[in-house]
Amino acid sequence: MKIVLEHVTKRYPNRNRKIKTEVIAASDLNFEIPDGQLIGLLGPSGCGKSTTLNLISGLEPPTEGRIYFGETDVTDLPPEKRGVGLVFQNYALYPHLTALQNIMFPLQNLKGENRPSKQQMEERAVETAKLVQIDQLLERRPKEMSGGQQQRVAIARALVKRPGVLLLDEPLSNLDARLRLQTREEIRRIQRETGITTVFVTHDQEEAMSISDSIVVMKDGAVHQIGKPQNVYDDPVNLFVAKFLGTPPINVFTGEVKNGSLSIGEEAVLRVPGAPDGEVSVGIRPEGFVPDENGAFGCGLDRVEIMGRDTSVVFTHPLMENEQGRAVISAELAAGLSGDKVRFSLKPNKTHLFGPDGERIRFDI
Amino acid sequence: MKKQNLKAWLYLLPAIAFLGVFMVYPLFDVVIYSLEEGYNSASQSFFGVGLYNFSYVLHDPYFLQAVKNTLILVVITVPVSTGLALLISLGLNSIKTLKNLYQTVYFLPYVTNTLAVGLVFMILFKKTAYSDGLINLLINFFGGRSVDFIGGPYWAKMMVMCIYTVWIVLPFKILILTGSLASVNQDYYNAAKIDGTSKWRTFWRITLPLISPMLFYLIITGFIGAFKAYSDAVALFGVDLNAAGMNTIVGYVYDMLYGNSGGYPSYASAAALILFSIVFTITCVNLRTRKRLQF
Repeated sequence: MKIVLEHVTKRYPNRNRKIKTEVIAASDLNFEIPDGQLIGLLGPSGCGKSTTLNLISGLEPPTEGRIYFGETDVTDLPPEKRGVGLVFQNYALYPHLTALQNIMFPLQNLKGENRPSKQQMEERAVETAKLVQIDQLLERRPKEMSGGQQQRVAIARALVKRPGVLLLDEPLSNLDARLRLQTREEIRRIQRETGITTVFVTHDQEEAMSISDSIVVMKDGAVHQIGKPQNVYDDPVNLFVAKFLGTPPINVFTGEVKNGSLSIGEEAVLRVPGAPDGEVSVGIRPEGFVPDENGAFGCGLDRVEIMGRDTSVVFTHPLMENEQGRAVISAELAAGLSGDKVRFSLKPNKTHLFGPDGERIRFDI
Repeated sequence: MKKQNLKAWLYLLPAIAFLGVFMVYPLFDVVIYSLEEGYNSASQSFFGVGLYNFSYVLHDPYFLQAVKNTLILVVITVPVSTGLALLISLGLNSIKTLKNLYQTVYFLPYVTNTLAVGLVFMILFKKTAYSDGLINLLINFFGGRSVDFIGGPYWAKMMVMCIYTVWIVLPFKILILTGSLASVNQDYYNAAKIDGTSKWRTFWRITLPLISPMLFYLIITGFIGAFKAYSDAVALFGVDLNAAGMNTIVGYVYDMLYGNSGGYPSYASAAALILFSIVFTITCVNLRTRKRLQF
């Protein structure tokens, strides 16, 4: 089922009653999630991504705007009538019930004709448990399971009613690093097998990029960019998105465009035809640096870190936002680096210009 | 390790010493008293050793009356007060405006002196030859006839006693239960909402199991407290409880020691031990059921 948000806004009254202004948790959200896709809602904490999820689930009503599932307007429907499954950040498994009882709980709420027989309920619960591969642990209580297993029970509980939409709130944040990798593959597999439209919230860009069909980057309650992970990474619309995506992060310098030429400090580092003259922020991805004795861009060399497949060069530059920058280059190219200076030439498609307001300035490559 | 143990015991020594002198020794003493037949505290002499004291107490109509009174009190007030407290806490938990005010109001009886509350109850329920209390005025208003709740029929006195006890124990239970209700993670309720769980089912299948440890605590302490009731009876019916027919087991023990018929520490000890064994048995049963229900 596709999900459409139209001008959705959520405002809260301020906690501190003396302050009359309202807190805007989500402002004018407009996007469409196509049927059967896995979408990552991504942003720093407090950006409104959990609010967005709650708006979709119906736990919170929007202040303005409409929400559609398929062609149906669900804005005024209570959560249980929307047909969503929600996995909570802390899983919210009922501690006094076994895994099987937890998974069966939503089915036992059904009434009238929809209510399956006791045997059918159990069959469906076991079937769902098999899908998430916890059918061996059905008699255990949440306390007797690991975090990853609890997570799977929570997903099974959300899926057992065969909802049209699956929502996951920070599904991996309570797991350790190794389990996180494993579980995200698992979520991807379950989503593929069921073909269910899935939205998950995360603050970890790597997590979002690795398994999503599309990502929605949010900040301060507003959507900044929507797109395929690779496209968003390669073509950020503003400085925030550019900085938020990518590890190691993008390196940001202050520079100036004059007559179609970009200079950082005294050095003219790149031809940027089509860009208007003026002060700019220059974002260069770590893989945008090519060590080159005759390169146009000179930096101080701090150290070279060898990581096997490739090498990262830690450099310094007076006009850089952070104290140190990082370039990732192939190991062969790193062989010649020594001393305390290094020169790079820049890849134009890995170099992005941003105006003083943070908006992207495009140039012809 | 050994040194650590020694240190630990050293830290525990003061408490152990006090407990030994004021708890363990008297306990043994009570057992000894209860077995000494015909003990005279003035001459410190007794005839023999045996179970006569228990037999006497168990055949004493005053004791049997006290046991009956105490049992009725326990059976009625513990479930009623716990249930009422749960209802009030659920109400308090679901309102937003004036929540603090109501919480304070419900907690006030807890900080009020038992005897003062007893006095108020006497004024409310009393009936003399010349005047009626507020309750009797109400009964008259609805066309009933006045009842002397303080000095009248047994059921009336018992009713006042039960209402009074519930009133006294309610605030503490409300305090504990509102606390434990508020500490239930909101996500459980959100999860239930998403799954379309009815309010009724949410309460029975989620809220109640999650606060059950606290509920059990309240029931067990409620049982123990009700079995040890005494001051409540005194507050309502005065010190001569046998005459009023409203004595409790603890009251009987007190009377045997210091009352009009006092001076019988052996009978008092036997009665105290009988009370102890009843409370002990019920607490054990309670703990067993609790273990079975725990998660």
